[in-house]
Amino acid sequence: MNGAHDLGGVDGFGPVVPEPERPVFHHAWEKRAFAITLACGFLGRWNIDMARFAREDTDPLTYLKASYYQTWLRGLERLLVEKNLVSAAELTEMKSRGTSDARMLPADSVAKVLAKGGPARRPDPPGAPRFRAGQSVRTKNIHPRGHTRLPRYCRGKQGIVRLDHGTQVFPDSNARGAGENPQRCYAVEFAAGELWGPGADPTLSVMVDLWDDYLEAA
Amino acid sequence: MIPAMGGDHDHHHDHDHGDNRWSETQLRVKALESLLVDKKLVDPAALDALIDTYENKVGPRNGKRVIARAWSDPAYKARLLKDATAAIAEFGYTGRQGEDMVVVENTPEQHNMVVCTLCSCYPWPVLGLPPVWYKSAPYRSRAVKEPRAVLADFGVTLPAATRIRVWDSTAELRYLVLPMRPAGSEGLREDALAELVTRDSMIGTGLARAPGQKP
Repeated sequence: MNGAHDLGGVDGFGPVVPEPERPVFHHAWEKRAFAITLACGFLGRWNIDMARFAREDTDPLTYLKASYYQTWLRGLERLLVEKNLVSAAELTEMKSRGTSDARMLPADSVAKVLAKGGPARRPDPPGAPRFRAGQSVRTKNIHPRGHTRLPRYCRGKQGIVRLDHGTQVFPDSNARGAGENPQRCYAVEFAAGELWGPGADPTLSVMVDLWDDYLEAA
Repeated sequence: MIPAMGGDHDHHHDHDHGDNRWSETQLRVKALESLLVDKKLVDPAALDALIDTYENKVGPRNGKRVIARAWSDPAYKARLLKDATAAIAEFGYTGRQGEDMVVVENTPEQHNMVVCTLCSCYPWPVLGLPPVWYKSAPYRSRAVKEPRAVLADFGVTLPAATRIRVWDSTAELRYLVLPMRPAGSEGLREDALAELVTRDSMIGTGLARAPGQKP
């Protein structure tokens, strides 16, 4: 979707404010918001692409006014109801009307599930990939209403394939529960002038990880 | 001065007393956690373990050890650049948000910088959780268009001729920058080298410290 989350190249947000390496969390509630989001993710009722879409699929003002953990929280509440783990009434009243049969993450499994992660890499199908390093490609000019990982700033742009990341889960379909549709993913390099036109930093290029379905030969 | 999405740096609330901007969120998080506990969807002890992991166990210290090893052991550096996931796993750093790692090397000719313009993708096993600025609009919007101006916000100036490659983490690949080993660090042992590596130098918004330079 063309949402406020798609921030590459937007002007006017002001300076970046650096911060020291600690503290990791800036408010006690951030720790709890972080932990309940992760723990509920381990219930297995949604995938990472659904989680990202739940966060970005909102009006731009809501997105831009929120801190990142507030955005996580809003996404979590939406998924809990959408996936029938919590009813809308329970969320409104913040009162349980019965326990869930979902299998919660026990404390003694935390280290194990974190170390395991959730790889998005899938076995490569037989045959050569469509593109090879060094080949010129052009991104499609598409504006799907659903989730996509093709940022607006690099749509309809010509670039060079630099890395082959192998076969990866395709977020656009995975986010809407339409299957993993695994396909090749590549790091594609775009010259700054192609993205930003005259006046762009001549020393800059941007590498974007893009799936086969976003690309055509150029 | 005050960016949107700046987390605790911005103050666009209309209260004039204390930290009330967060009080509504704070209450909501507390109520939601209680609801989830009552429904047996989350185990409070698991929540504490998750927080403890990323607050105290997994953080940029991990990445610093990887970089120091790469600086002092050419064979390790070669493995790291060839198959970062496997080379990082030699330290036991694996899993969530680091399943598929790529390490990119900074040189005098080319500087690398990492961003996630669409959300907040970040290599957790080696860097921990991202800082507020990494997830915020100013960095996500500007990194791909004017990285030199962003670097200036961090007090970093690169030579005019240095090429800059900005990596936008749109897929499930996670990028770690191998910063240049600072001058004057010859002969230092691995643990002393690790002290020179900063979190920001592994994102590409900073440089490794010279020996004796203040943190």
